[in-house]
Parts: sequence; structure tokens; C-alpha cells
Amino acid sequence: MAIQTLTRDIFDVKDLNLWYGDHHALKDIHFPIQKKEVTAMIGPSGCGKSTFLKTLNLMNKMIPNVKITGEVNFDGQNILNPKTDLVELRKHVGMVFQKGNPFPQSIYDNVAYGPRIHGIKKKKHLDEIVTKSLMDVALWDEVKDRLNAPALGLSGGQQQRLCIARALATKPDVLLMDEPTSALDPISTLKIEELIFELKEKYTIVIVTHNMQQAARVSDKTAFFLMGEMIEFDETTKIFSMPKDSRTEDYITGRFG
Amino acid sequence: MFMNMRSNFDQNLKELKSLQLKMADEAQVSIKNAMLALLNQDIQLAEKVINGDNVIDDLEYEIHDKALMLIARQSPVAKDLRRLHVALRVSSEVERLGDIAVNIAKSALHIGNEKHVKELIDIPHMMEMALEMVSEAITSFYSEDIELAEKCAEKDDKVDQMFGSLVKELLTYIPQNPDFTNQIIQLAFVCRFIERIADHSTNIAENVIYLETGKRYNLNA
Repeated sequence: MAIQTLTRDIFDVKDLNLWYGDHHALKDIHFPIQKKEVTAMIGPSGCGKSTFLKTLNLMNKMIPNVKITGEVNFDGQNILNPKTDLVELRKHVGMVFQKGNPFPQSIYDNVAYGPRIHGIKKKKHLDEIVTKSLMDVALWDEVKDRLNAPALGLSGGQQQRLCIARALATKPDVLLMDEPTSALDPISTLKIEELIFELKEKYTIVIVTHNMQQAARVSDKTAFFLMGEMIEFDETTKIFSMPKDSRTEDYITGRFG
Repeated sequence: MFMNMRSNFDQNLKELKSLQLKMADEAQVSIKNAMLALLNQDIQLAEKVINGDNVIDDLEYEIHDKALMLIARQSPVAKDLRRLHVALRVSSEVERLGDIAVNIAKSALHIGNEKHVKELIDIPHMMEMALEMVSEAITSFYSEDIELAEKCAEKDDKVDQMFGSLVKELLTYIPQNPDFTNQIIQLAFVCRFIERIADHSTNIAENVIYLETGKRYNLNA
């Protein structure tokens, strides 16, 4: 499933509909996601943005009574196909959650976890991956002398960067971020935002955020969701200066939500 | 199901707008008084215009401080951000209108009680047109009315033409009235000041269109 196509769209979502039981949570979503761009999803609580994010690596397949129709094409293949190898998919499409959730293991073992699952055993190779991943998230200098210390001893911001490093260790193509800074202090938040800026050189990033200023700061494209529909999707500069839909304008200017 | 969660911000925007209208009123009164001082050779009124300009300047500072405070504290986007950008721009245009009133008042002082070389008819007429443009520009700003803004800007050409022919005519008086050269030059300056009033009005109208559409126009071109 390695990325080989020349098309700039890494994801191409068509006619996506999703139901949780009777609740129609996503309605006719069409959504291209371009490579090496940061795409932000904004919208009020319950609008479907997190549901959409979780559809991109089929995290919500585990939820009982969920029904998904349409196409979610990742690198030209519809991942909604029942034959999709979820472990392989999630190797390519990593995820970072609201709060850093390191395993109760050492810093080193957290980052090495994914590569080990995927069969990498040589210490030298693992060392390289751990070093590089921690460097990529600008955590290396802070932890290089205590790689065997428990990850849970790190600060909240460090734990979140460790989780990003853990996601990067399997060399994904896409990084999904579900409100990655909502539990962090302002300085840690800015560090993560700075990191997103650097990571987009190598990775495609899709981020859900409740912080509209964050979407405005870090993303190239922004999608506005409302009650299961994608109301507007455009360049972030356009969404935050001259949105086409009055509902988008009302939301970003805080006139409803 | 939706509520306005920015009533405090909206209230602040309202207050900002009323400050802008107050400033525009002051500037219009100042221009009218400067013109009256020139026509009636009223030295006291001219001095009042000159000494009163600081009120307009202070209002500009107040508007700028408030707009910058709102940008810093409210993180405005889209039309809210344009509104604050336009508040800064328009208040600077209005401040220039106040300065022009001062310039006209100073010309009135330079002429003093010297008998006018001819009865002033065209200059007040030109001023009437310029003041109409100010009024339309400010009203279009108040009511966010693009059509009125465009209508205002259309008049600019007429004022420009008047300026050209009036100055030409004034200069022809110099050879026959060499003793009045200073007065005639002052009156030509006044024509120029009035022409600038029309330009600033057009600039305000351009800002109204930008506020509404997000697009920039050069209506002076």
C-alpha cells in the first residue's frame, strides 16, 4: 500500500455516509486530501469532524452498529473494502489523540513499539528509528539522557510529542490528529504547532481542532463541518477571510456554535 | 439552537462605529465652518476651526486604540477583521478631512479682511459637491451600502474638472489684479483643498466596498 501514485490527492473521499445506529453522522461527504498539506477540520461539537477523521484509518469500525457507505480512497484503494488490512492501513495512517497516551513503558519502548510489531528486531535499527523519530518531534535533546525512564514521567507537552514520535516511528504517510493540543498549556501548544509546520515537509497531516485560531495558523486547507455535512472546504486563507457560505462566516466569527 | 456568543464584541464594534460617526460629524462641521470663515471673512471662526482640530485628532487616536485592542483581544477574522481594518483606514481619511478644514481656515486668515477680488460663487458651489460626497461616503459607511459608495465615487470626476477650470480662471485674474496675487493664490489653494476632500471621500467609499466584498477598488482611477 506504499504511496507510489503521482496524484497529489492522498485521500479521495466520495459520497461518504456514516450512521451510528439510526444517527446519520456523516452526510454525502466529498473530500480530497492533498499530500504534504495540513488539512484542518473545524465545526461545533457533534458536527462529525472527529467521526470523519476516524474514518480515514477506520478507527470507528470497532464501534458497534456503525454503517459506512461510499468510498474512502487511500492511495487509489477504497479502504472501506472489507479486505483492507487494518494493521497495514494504520501503519500508513497514524493517529494522535487529544491527550498524550504513552504506554506505561520507557520512552524508548514507546517509540519502538510500532516498529517491533511490524517485525523490526535489530537493536541498531530500532535505535536509529527511535533517535530519528524523537529528533523529528524536537524531543531528542530533552530525553536523550533518559531513554529508559518511564514515559509517564514526562510533562503533558512532552508526552504528546512522544506520542507523535511513536506515530512517526512506523513511517506513516498520513498523521491524523484529533485535537492534539486541547489538553496542553499555551507554550506546549505552540511547540506542537511549530512541529506540525515542520512535519508537513514529509507527511500529510489531517487535524481536528476546536481552536479556530489554531486551524488558521497551521493548516493549508480548512473544512467546515456542520451537523454531519461538510459545508465548505477551501484554502485556509479564504475560509478565514472571505468564506463563501454564510454559515461558515457565522461560525468562524463566533456568531453561533 | 444558535445563540450569539459575541454580544460583548458586537457591543464594542457598535461603540467603535459611533466614535467614527462622531469623528466624521466633527470633521464635516469643521469643513463647513472653514468655508463660512472664508466666505464671510470671519477671523474668529477660522481660528476656532484651527484650534478645534485636536478634537478630531484625539478621536482618531481613540478609534485606533480601540480597534487595536479589539484585534488583540478578540482575534477577529473575515468581516470582523475587515471591519477593524476599515475603521483604522477610514478614521485616517477623516483625520485628513479635519486637516484640510484647518488649511482652508488658514487661507481665510491669509486673506484676512482684504476685499475679495470677485464674488465667491464657484468655490462654495464646488465645496457643496465635495461635502455631498463626504456625506454620502459616511452614510454608505454607516449603512454598509455599496451602491451609495459607488454613487459617491462617481462624483469625483466632476469635482476634479471643476478644480481644473476654476484654477485656470483664477490665474487669469492675476495680470489685471497684481495687488491681489496673494489672495488669488490662496483661493487656488482652497480649490485644491476642496478637490482633496472629494478624494478622501472616494477613499472612504472604496473602504466601504472592501468591507462588504473583500475586494479592493481604485475608484479614483
